[in-house]
Amino acid sequence: MTSVIEIHDLTKTFGSVRALDHLDLTVEVGEVHGFLGPNGAGKTTTLRVLLGLLRSDSGSVRVLGGDPWRDVASLHRRLAYVPGDVSLWPNLTGGEVIDLLGRLRGGLDVGRRAALLERFGLDPSIRSRAYSKGNRQKVALVAALAADVDLLLLDEPTSGLDPLMEEVFRQVITERRVQGATILLSSHILAEAEALSDRVSIIRQGRVVESGTMAQLRHLTRTTVTADVAAEPAALAGLAALAGVHEVGTEWRDGTTRVRCEVDATGLDALLGALAAAGVRALTSAPPTLEEIFLRHYEGVRVTAGATA
Amino acid sequence: MSTSTLARGAATRTGRGDSLGPFTGTAALVRLAARRDRVLVPVWWGVFAFLAYGSAAATVGLYPDAASRRLIAETVNANLSLLALYGPVADPSSIGQISMFKTTAFGAALVGLLAVVLVVRHTRAEEESGRTELVGAGVTGRWAPLAAALLAVGGTAVVLALLTAAGLVAAGLDVPGSLSFGLAWAVTAVAFAGVAAVTAQVAPTARAATGMASGVLLAAYVVRAVADTSEGGDLVWLRWLSPVGWAQEVHAFSQPRWAVGLLGLTLAGGLAVLAFGLLERRDLGAGMLPERTGEATAGRGLSGAFGLALRLHRATVLGWAVGVVLLGSMLGTLVANVEGFLSGPVADLFVAIGGQEGLIEAFLATEWALIGVFISAFAVQAVLRLRGEEAARRVDLLLATPLGRLRWAASHLAVALLGAAALLGLGGLAAGVSTAAALGDPRWLGAVLGAAAVQLPAVAVTAGLTMLAIGLVPRVATAVSWGALVVFLLLDEVGTLLEWPGWLLGLSPFAHTPALPGGEVSTLALLGLSAVAVALLVAGLAAFRRRDLD
Repeated sequence: MTSVIEIHDLTKTFGSVRALDHLDLTVEVGEVHGFLGPNGAGKTTTLRVLLGLLRSDSGSVRVLGGDPWRDVASLHRRLAYVPGDVSLWPNLTGGEVIDLLGRLRGGLDVGRRAALLERFGLDPSIRSRAYSKGNRQKVALVAALAADVDLLLLDEPTSGLDPLMEEVFRQVITERRVQGATILLSSHILAEAEALSDRVSIIRQGRVVESGTMAQLRHLTRTTVTADVAAEPAALAGLAALAGVHEVGTEWRDGTTRVRCEVDATGLDALLGALAAAGVRALTSAPPTLEEIFLRHYEGVRVTAGATA
Repeated sequence: MSTSTLARGAATRTGRGDSLGPFTGTAALVRLAARRDRVLVPVWWGVFAFLAYGSAAATVGLYPDAASRRLIAETVNANLSLLALYGPVADPSSIGQISMFKTTAFGAALVGLLAVVLVVRHTRAEEESGRTELVGAGVTGRWAPLAAALLAVGGTAVVLALLTAAGLVAAGLDVPGSLSFGLAWAVTAVAFAGVAAVTAQVAPTARAATGMASGVLLAAYVVRAVADTSEGGDLVWLRWLSPVGWAQEVHAFSQPRWAVGLLGLTLAGGLAVLAFGLLERRDLGAGMLPERTGEATAGRGLSGAFGLALRLHRATVLGWAVGVVLLGSMLGTLVANVEGFLSGPVADLFVAIGGQEGLIEAFLATEWALIGVFISAFAVQAVLRLRGEEAARRVDLLLATPLGRLRWAASHLAVALLGAAALLGLGGLAAGVSTAAALGDPRWLGAVLGAAAVQLPAVAVTAGLTMLAIGLVPRVATAVSWGALVVFLLLDEVGTLLEWPGWLLGLSPFAHTPALPGGEVSTLALLGLSAVAVALLVAGLAAFRRRDLD
C-alpha cells in the first residue's frame, strides 16, 4: 500500500515563530485520517504546505506521489480543499463560486452538485456577502465534494455547521470513503475525528505527538464515569481489577459512595454491571475532550497561552 | 490582559450608576472613531486645505485689476461646460469668487463624498465586519454607533472648514470670505452625513449604502448644474433643492449668507431623526431593502481565472470608462476657450512646460500627462487586487485547483493593462472627437489619440512596479505602490515648476513620455519604458512565484 501523503521532518518558520517543528505525517490510500490539535498547533500551516501555498524550510513532503510545491497543476487535478475560514467573493453567488471552482478543476458533476446542494440545504442564488459562516463553508464543501478527486483536504470543515448539517457532512464523507477517496480531516474536536477517522494524528506545537488507529489510541479516549452507589467503598475494591477500568477512586460521604474512574469502551459493559450490582443512584459519563488529553498526556511541555491562541 | 481590564470595567460601571439609555457609550465610540481615522481624516484635511490654498494661490496674482477680473468672469460665465461643471462666477469684482469658482460646488461635492464614506465606514461597514456586535454586547446603547458616527463626521467637517479657511487666508484672501467658504463646504458635508445616515439604514449592504448616498450626491450635483446652465438664469432657484447648490448660495467672498449653514444643519438633523427611526425597525447587519438574489449557476463567461478577473474588475472598469469619456468630451469644449481663458503669464507657463509652439497643443499635452497619471491609478489599484485577494485568503480556494499562481496573477495583470489601454483609447476617442468638432478640424482626432496612446508605456511601468512590490514586499505593497505614484506626480507637477535637476525628474516614468500633441515622438523613450515595464513585471512575477502566500 502506498501513502497518499508522506511528510518527513517538515519544518516551517515564520520569522521567529516555528509553526512546524520536525513534523511527520503519513496518510494511506483510502483512509479517513483525523488531524487533531488545538488552535494554533500547525494544522492549517501543514495543509497549506500540502497545497503548495507555503514552501517548506526543510524536510520532505510528497502528495499523491508528487512534490506539492512544483507539481501544482497535476496534483491539484486530483485533490480538493476546504479552508477553515472560507472567504468568498462578496458579489458572486454561491452557485457561481461552485461552478467557477468546478470549471477550474476541469468540470464538475452536475448531478452530484445538485444532490449536495439539496442535502446541505444551500440556496445557490444568494450572493456570498449575505451568507453566514456556515453557509460559506457549505459553498466550499459542495465545491470540493462535487469534484471527482482522489484526495480531500478538509480544514475544520464543520466549525460553522449546525448539528444537523454535521450529520449530513458525516454521511457524505463516509460515502466518499467507500468510493475510494482519501480524506485528511483537521479538527480540534476529538469526538468528530473519532466518529469518522480510520486513523488519527495528534499535532501539538508543530509536531505530531501521537499517530495511530482509534484502537491504538484507545488509551486516549477513555470515558470518565462518575457514579453514586449504595455500597460502601470496601465492597467496590474489585472495580480496579476489571479489564479496561483505570484510575478508580472512591469516596464515602452521606451514606453513598462516589465512584470516579476512567474506562475503555471495551470495559464499559463490565463496569456498568458491577456498578448496577452495587446499587446505582446517580451516573454520569463524559468522553474526554482534546484539552483533557493534552493535560493528561502531554503535560511534560506546558501548553502556553500563546500556543493555544 | 483580563483581570485589570475587568476590574477597571466594573469600577466604571458601578461609578457611573445604571443610566443605560439608547445613547450610552456614544462618547467612547466617538473616541474609537477618532482613533480609527487618525491617519485617514488628517490626510483628507490636508488634501482639501491644500486644494483650496492651491486654487487661491494660483489665481490671486493673475487678475490684479477690475477689467481683467470682468474679462475672465465673462469668459467663464459664457462657457456652458464650465458652468455645468463648476458653476458661474457670481461676483466678477471679487477675486475670491474668481479664484474659487472651480472649487466651490466641486469641492463641496468631494467633501460631501468624504462625509458619506466616513458615516458608512462607522455604521454599516462596522456592522458587516461584526465589530458592532462586539461593541453592542458591551455597555453601549442601540443608537450610540450612529450618533457617534454623525458626531465624528460633524467634527471632521468643522475642522475641515476651519483648515480650509486658514489655507485661503494664507493664500492672500480676506478672513470673512475665507471663513464663509469653509462654511460652504461644511454645509454640504453635514447634509450628506445625514443622507448617508439614512441610506446606511435602508441599503442591503455597506457598499450599497455608499452607492445610494453617492447617487443622491450626483443627483444634487446635476440639479445645480441644470440651475447654473439654465437660459438666462430662469432655473437658478433649483439650487435651493440641492445641498451642493447650498454651498454656492453661501455666496462666499461676496456678501456671505451665514444663515445657509442652518439649512445644512436642519436637513442633517431631520435626516438623523429619520435614520434613528429606521434603526429601530431593522436588524443589526440587515438593511430595510432586501438583498437581491443572483444567478444559481455561473454564466459562460465565469469559467477561468481571466473570466473571474473580468467579473471582479467589471464595475470598476465601467465606472472609469464613464469617467474618461466625460473628461475627454469636456476637454474638447475647454479647448475652444483656451486662448481666451488663459491670459498672458499662464499661457506662457503652459508653453514653457509643454515646450510646444501652439497654446492648444501645450494645453492638451499638459492635460494628457495628467490623465496618464490618473490611468496609472486605475492600473495600480487593479494590480493591487492580487494582494487584496491574497490577504482575504480567497486565493487559497483558487490555487487549490489546477490553476497555477502565474496564470492567476497574469489574469489580473491582463485586466489592469488591457483595461488601462482601453480607457486611454476611450478617453482619447472622446477627447479627439470633441476637440476636432470644437476646432472644426478632423486632424485633431488623430493627434489626440496619439497623445493618449503614448501614455501606455509609463502606465505599464507603474503596474510593473506594483507587481514587483506584491512579489517582494506583499505586506506593504499597497503603501509602496501608491507612494511611488504620488512621488511621480510630485516630480512631474511640482518638480518641473521648481526646476529640480533632470536626473531627479527622470525618475518618474511620465517624464519620458513624449509631450503630444505637438512634441516629438521618441521611439527610443517609448521602447525603453516598455522594456522597463516588462522587466518589472517579470521580476515581480518571479518573486511572487517563489514566496509563501499569506
